[in-house]
Amino acid sequence: MEIPMTKNILITGASRGLGRALALAAADRGMNVALVARREAPLEDVAAAVRARGRKAIALAHDVADKHTVYPLVGRAVAALGPIDVLVNNASTLGPWGEAKPPRPMPILLDTACEDLEAVLQTNVVGPFRLTKAVLGAMVLRGSGAVVNITSDAAVSAYPAWGPYGSSKAALDQLGRIWAEELQGTGVHVWSIDPGEMDTAMHAAAIPNADRSALQRPEDVASRILADVERRLA
Amino acid sequence: MIAARRARALDETKLLVIERAGRFFDTTMDGLPSLLGPEDVLVVNDAATLPASLKGRDARGAPIELRLLGELDGAWRAFVLGDGDWHTPTEFRPNARIAVGDVLSFDGLTARVAQRESDRLVRVRFDGDLYRTLYSVGRPVQYAHLEHELDLWTVQTAYATRPWAVEMPSAGRPLQWKHLLALRARGVKVCALTHAAGLSSSGEAALDAKLPLRERYDIPLETARAVQQARGRVVAVGTSVVRALESAASDDGSVRPGEGSTELVLSPRHRPKVVDGLLSGLHDETASHFSLLGAFVSTALLRDAYAHADRAGYASHELGDVCLIY
Repeated sequence: MEIPMTKNILITGASRGLGRALALAAADRGMNVALVARREAPLEDVAAAVRARGRKAIALAHDVADKHTVYPLVGRAVAALGPIDVLVNNASTLGPWGEAKPPRPMPILLDTACEDLEAVLQTNVVGPFRLTKAVLGAMVLRGSGAVVNITSDAAVSAYPAWGPYGSSKAALDQLGRIWAEELQGTGVHVWSIDPGEMDTAMHAAAIPNADRSALQRPEDVASRILADVERRLA
Repeated sequence: MIAARRARALDETKLLVIERAGRFFDTTMDGLPSLLGPEDVLVVNDAATLPASLKGRDARGAPIELRLLGELDGAWRAFVLGDGDWHTPTEFRPNARIAVGDVLSFDGLTARVAQRESDRLVRVRFDGDLYRTLYSVGRPVQYAHLEHELDLWTVQTAYATRPWAVEMPSAGRPLQWKHLLALRARGVKVCALTHAAGLSSSGEAALDAKLPLRERYDIPLETARAVQQARGRVVAVGTSVVRALESAASDDGSVRPGEGSTELVLSPRHRPKVVDGLLSGLHDETASHFSLLGAFVSTALLRDAYAHADRAGYASHELGDVCLIY
């Protein structure tokens, strides 16, 4: 009887919010976790929490928008844990207005600089595309794997002032659907999940006046996402 | 043949097919799927390529370059060179001044010289996070015949997984997923093993004569079974795959799965036990290269085929064109 191997999951945007919740839920489900985010200190905290749950973790302080960083971060993850079984493209940016301290209101498209749209596409679309390419070939060769793209209803509904983010998520969605068609029969699953509105720092940056009590907990969303992953990989 | 100054564009890769029965012909990589059939097995080396060249300083502060070869028992074997970079062929690079006990310094990492096997071959023990340093300041080993520096993503195969290779398993470079999926659609079993493909040149003649050095491999159970049970041909993508499979094979055609290491040198004296053919780059017409392919076809046929390749404009060396011998 072959003993099931521990699965390795790589999560971007893992230092807070949904990414952090996914990391801890994955550890609770027996997975080893490679955590990616730009800042090392909060990432190391999450890695420590994963290890406290008895799983291996590696904190990789990298920016997914940087093309030079993709193969290094995958190389370090695989060197530490072994081949990646699940990739969650969770890291995303609203744009420079969302990163500002305090966050600024998101502009309408006529007031959006072209370079800012490009930067959002780099982080939310091209970065996930590069990262997916770096792990997907290995998954297809093994005949097993999952790539989950975290998306948003801003990809399908036309919300004013959500142009760069919304269009980037629409692009990520469509890339995922075409990946899935191209990979039919390979045993590798690619799909998008719209987690709905969650009580996270990103949500607070986008909608500062929201009623936080009406928002989902990221922990509950993370559990549902991982249950979906396990079902498809079974 | 000329070593192209630029890496061959993947879609333009020529494929020279050399049949063991005695003929050869030209095609392209897109023609590969039609050459194999439902009972055949294609085995690739899924090692990812490490940025195995590290610039640092010796114990006196002089610039050095360390090129990792492979890990054994916690120590890494490496070539060490003095000042200079990849634009200078390795045979013209100066030696570094290295003694046992010296501590070499890199960004965020040190290495103590545990053994000095020759002017250029050492064993070192690292102190620090090796992969973190490799991936932040290491560079992939470059090729002096190319005019542009290669990025890390350029020297990965389309299925690269565990970062075990210190130089790209380059026979697999032109294999794109359109080819692999087409092969699978034709019923060819495509499987993988991982082999720590080593460096091809140290610039020290006595050392080069000993290459390849002992290299580790790992053959998954599924691959061992597929090779063992193949009713058709077993085609290896690259000499690293041939060496791993032939080292793990017994005379009765069984293949031992799991980890191992090999110093096997292929030559016309080697009678392949399980491998029937291979995809390979077109390297220099040196004795060692012909000796290697000579395990599968006669040297006379190889010379004729290479003479044809020369006239037909095939690009030799890594990241050039390829040949299929089967």
